[in-house]
Amino acid sequence: MAALRSTSRLVASSKPLFRPAVFARSYATVDAAAQDPNPSETPRTKTFHIYRWNPDQPTEKPKMQSYSLDLNKTGPMMLDALIRIKNEMDPTLTFRRSCREGICGSCAMNIDGVNTLACLCRIPTDTAKESRIYPLPHTYVVKDLVPDLTQFYKQYKSIKPYLQRETKTEDGLEYRQSPEERKKLDGLYECILCACCSTSCPSYWWNSEEYLGPAILLQSYRWLADSRDEKTAERKHALDNSMSVYRCHTILNCSRTCPKGLNPARAIAEIKKLMAAH
Amino acid sequence: MISQKVAQQSLRRLAVQQPYAMRWSLMNSATPAAVAMGRFMQTRQAATTSNTSDPTKILAQQRLNRPVSPHLSIYRPQITWIGSSFHRITGFALSGSLYLYATAYLASPLLGWHLESASVAAAFAALPIVAKVLLKGFMALPFTYHCFNGVRHLVWDLGRGITNQQVIKSGWTVVGLSVLSALALAFL
Repeated sequence: MAALRSTSRLVASSKPLFRPAVFARSYATVDAAAQDPNPSETPRTKTFHIYRWNPDQPTEKPKMQSYSLDLNKTGPMMLDALIRIKNEMDPTLTFRRSCREGICGSCAMNIDGVNTLACLCRIPTDTAKESRIYPLPHTYVVKDLVPDLTQFYKQYKSIKPYLQRETKTEDGLEYRQSPEERKKLDGLYECILCACCSTSCPSYWWNSEEYLGPAILLQSYRWLADSRDEKTAERKHALDNSMSVYRCHTILNCSRTCPKGLNPARAIAEIKKLMAAH
Repeated sequence: MISQKVAQQSLRRLAVQQPYAMRWSLMNSATPAAVAMGRFMQTRQAATTSNTSDPTKILAQQRLNRPVSPHLSIYRPQITWIGSSFHRITGFALSGSLYLYATAYLASPLLGWHLESASVAAAFAALPIVAKVLLKGFMALPFTYHCFNGVRHLVWDLGRGITNQQVIKSGWTVVGLSVLSALALAFL
């Protein structure tokens, strides 16, 4: 991999603006010439079972399709495997991906039973074990691994995820925070809204129409905890019902699965404490 | 070469006759400099319409056709959600059996059942020892698990012990404690 990375950087730096398309190589596939010092190495074939459903044949039931890849010729991450399958074996395989470095949240899916980002999930090197890839659990499937997140985004919009403030500062400059106040937002602002936690929550599976789910509640707490926001009372009032927050039964799948290492369960516990003092 | 010259000449003529047209057409082209200076105006050849209808209506329609992705059956068994489901199941079982027994106890004089403590104790004493231990263990395990796990829930509601490591550790501690204390109760 090291050799591969240095060559790609070389190509990129020599002519950054007018790089011909010939040099644009998929990152998912390891270049045979650059990678393999001893071609006699035995292939490490791993099987991937991937959930398939095509909206063009809506009467056909979803099925699992198997693909086998040689790990020697595949990048290290699950996303590399998926891209390689799409590029070289089956162009009809559909999934979302964008940044390939865990900051966009597009490639959230259920890999080997746990929700995570395909780009941050290493392919288990044990080739005897077969990997199973599903879309995010209990979501409406658009196609293959692409879930419909309309409801999720609608719920995000409903918590007014922006700074609400009427008063200006004395000097008319920016709203300042003390380092302690700013520190309260650590572990909250990093959330990328990939929906891994919400779709890992059994409570959200059964009540996604009304229960906000861990991701949206973490965001909600991010604005409740912000010292600059002045609508804390209104925000708390909006959550003050039996469904929005209190469908959380502290199952804690959310924190367990978060690919960014955040703790939505702690945020929800803090919201519950705030509400109790309300 | 000649064609190049002709093109240059016509461009120059345009620049002299309509200087504004010339400048705008150059400025708005997607040259890197124009993009960098924010002068690049993206133009679309075809008219696009914006969809202003309520997306939730479309959503309801689409959901009729879309399958729901698998959930319980494919999620990896973890102490978090398996433990939580057992907490619920034991809670239902304990409260349900209490309600059942209490109702039966109330109704027993009318129905002629003998559910008073003395007769229940006598019936239990008549059982073989293996059945006694099994029955007591069967009743004790849900009770001890629900109790210990309930404490865990109370601690979480204080916002403590809620990191992944702590949750996994306390989960298995509760499993161990409840099995041990259920055994102790069964052999009591």
